[in-house]
Amino acid sequence: MTYVKEEIGFVAILARDLRLASRRRVDILLPLGFFVVAVSLFPFGVGPEPNMLRQIAAGVVWVSALLATMLSVSHLYAADHADGSLEQMLLSPRSAYAIAAAKASAHWCLTGAPLVLCAPLLGLLMDMNSQALLILTATLLLGTPILSLLGGLGAALTLGLRSGAVLLILLILPLCIPTLIFGAGAVSAAESGVSVEAHFSLLGALLLLTGLAAPWGTAAALRIAVE
Amino acid sequence: MSAQLRWTTFAAPSRFCALAAATTPWLWAACLLLTVAGLYIGFGVAPTDATQGEAYRIIFIHVPAAWMSMVLYCAMAGWAAIGWAFNTRMASMLAHAIAPTGAMFTFVALWTGALWGKPTWGTWWVWDARLTSELILLFLYLGYMALLAAVDDVQRGDKASALLAIVGVVNIPIIYFSVRWWNTLHQGASVSITAAPTMAKTMLLAMLVMTFAFWAYAFAVVFTRARALALQRERDAEWVQALRKVVPT
Amino acid sequence: MSDLPSLTAHDLACRRGDRLLFKGLNLRLESGRGLWLRGRNGRGKTSLLRLSAGLGAAAAGELRWGDEPIKRSESFRHQRVWIGHQNALKEDLSAIESLQFLARLHGRRHDLPAIQAALAAAGLQDRARAAVRTLSQGQRRRVALARLVLEDEPGLWLLDEPYDALDVDGVRWLGGVLRHHLARGGSLMFASHLPAEADGPVVDTLDLDQQA
Repeated sequence: MTYVKEEIGFVAILARDLRLASRRRVDILLPLGFFVVAVSLFPFGVGPEPNMLRQIAAGVVWVSALLATMLSVSHLYAADHADGSLEQMLLSPRSAYAIAAAKASAHWCLTGAPLVLCAPLLGLLMDMNSQALLILTATLLLGTPILSLLGGLGAALTLGLRSGAVLLILLILPLCIPTLIFGAGAVSAAESGVSVEAHFSLLGALLLLTGLAAPWGTAAALRIAVE
Repeated sequence: MSAQLRWTTFAAPSRFCALAAATTPWLWAACLLLTVAGLYIGFGVAPTDATQGEAYRIIFIHVPAAWMSMVLYCAMAGWAAIGWAFNTRMASMLAHAIAPTGAMFTFVALWTGALWGKPTWGTWWVWDARLTSELILLFLYLGYMALLAAVDDVQRGDKASALLAIVGVVNIPIIYFSVRWWNTLHQGASVSITAAPTMAKTMLLAMLVMTFAFWAYAFAVVFTRARALALQRERDAEWVQALRKVVPT
Repeated sequence: MSDLPSLTAHDLACRRGDRLLFKGLNLRLESGRGLWLRGRNGRGKTSLLRLSAGLGAAAAGELRWGDEPIKRSESFRHQRVWIGHQNALKEDLSAIESLQFLARLHGRRHDLPAIQAALAAAGLQDRARAAVRTLSQGQRRRVALARLVLEDEPGLWLLDEPYDALDVDGVRWLGGVLRHHLARGGSLMFASHLPAEADGPVVDTLDLDQQA
């Protein structure tokens, strides 16, 4: 019995998801739109005074990015589950770990990366200086993949459940708090002249840990949901 | 029934329910006695604190409640993991029974923390490391219960909530470390087993007695709830039907 | 005849929710043989197929592929083909892209000529580049079943209502594919509520109405 040469299912699934997204380009704009609207709400809530906005800017951008990610990740597996593709993926010779990693990567490419690119513009809305903007973008670059990975875990756990999106936020938000603390904290540290090395090291460590562990948990959750 | 006791003896819902029914009254009695003793020592015997006056006495409820909230989360995650790994329903049911009690202790810890905070620091809430971690722990408990409530299929609910509890337990150190990093102004650890306590011996005694009281309470309540869960889930089993015949309603 | 392992079920029980669909089920599916699952709706045909495919856990009993339990068998992962009710096609992809993805996912031949040949065999050479969204139910079923044409090696095919939505030509075509599969030593288990085709594959029957 000869098997066809194994290639990594990761690439196949990632490529497919990106191709699907290219056929529905408007869907990419929705989380981005939410991101912009959410950040813009804060001046209306707390007043337009530039000094205060500057102080809360990093936190506001980070929280809005977090919420935008969580809202868009809830249907990561829903479509595949509904048309039977998820079943086929889980039954294939590919490891469920690779599937989970591929879906989270696709989510980051389509949601996280645009958020990172858009963040500096929103920081300008809140009158952040260029150094703060740089640190903010860098932390988001490291942090949004973590959010996509954790969101993928939440999406797999809440697959097919009613009010899954809100439940996902409740489940996953506590797990995102360390990322938020180190990410937004780096900007305040930079602004008070403290070294940001520790923040970035911790973010990097979190990314590594989440990158290794989250797909494993997601794979287990997918098998539980599909059974 | 064989008199030999094995690790798996009480994995059978029928035997667990029998155990729970037998021990619960004693647990309630122990809880009552220990609570009375603890409150007496705490509010009657322990001396007034030099800096905080009488208000500090809330610590005899706050600290044991906080300890219980953390211990119960670990117990919940442990039983859920056992239920998942060995496919035993009773272990999963035990985990489900622990969750509301754990959440309650977390809430009590937060609430008494606020009551302690007002006279001590002047505000009802401070975002210090310990209280904030308790708040996040409450979210973790609520998340567990919400996921369980949202899943209709019983087997899926057991496994999914077990996975969530394990993820939570693994994340607790990370969350705690990051919250401490973020803010530290809570009173330093004044009770530890190895170091000399900075509190008077009677204060320590009162806290320990209250902790045991809360332990007995937790056991009593969790056993009762787990028994109810088992009776409900196994309602079609023969032993449950036999019970119904004994108690005609 | 090839040396495909046998699928055996021993004392299999299946639960759905609180109901026990069947219990004490034994079967043995050998290389070159087909099994047609019959029974009224809700008897557990789909559940049995899903369990045999490795989806879900049985309430009792075990399923083996050769000597190994199916969930631990590497060869089972590669040799099993599952096509359920759902076609597993993405609406926004073309028939070629969808089939190519499925073939690539399962480690089968997925070069363009092979895919096009498979779609042509399924009668879809004119609609190969059309988006799945624009295909009829019957055409989508043909795309899903075209996977079977790409199977070079005999394996275990588990099909749930494969004839659904197919027209007369489609039914005849599928019958031919299944006959050829059995002839070269593959094994087959499928559920179908349609009556047996005159020139369809020669199969045994398992009636789940009679299973306790």
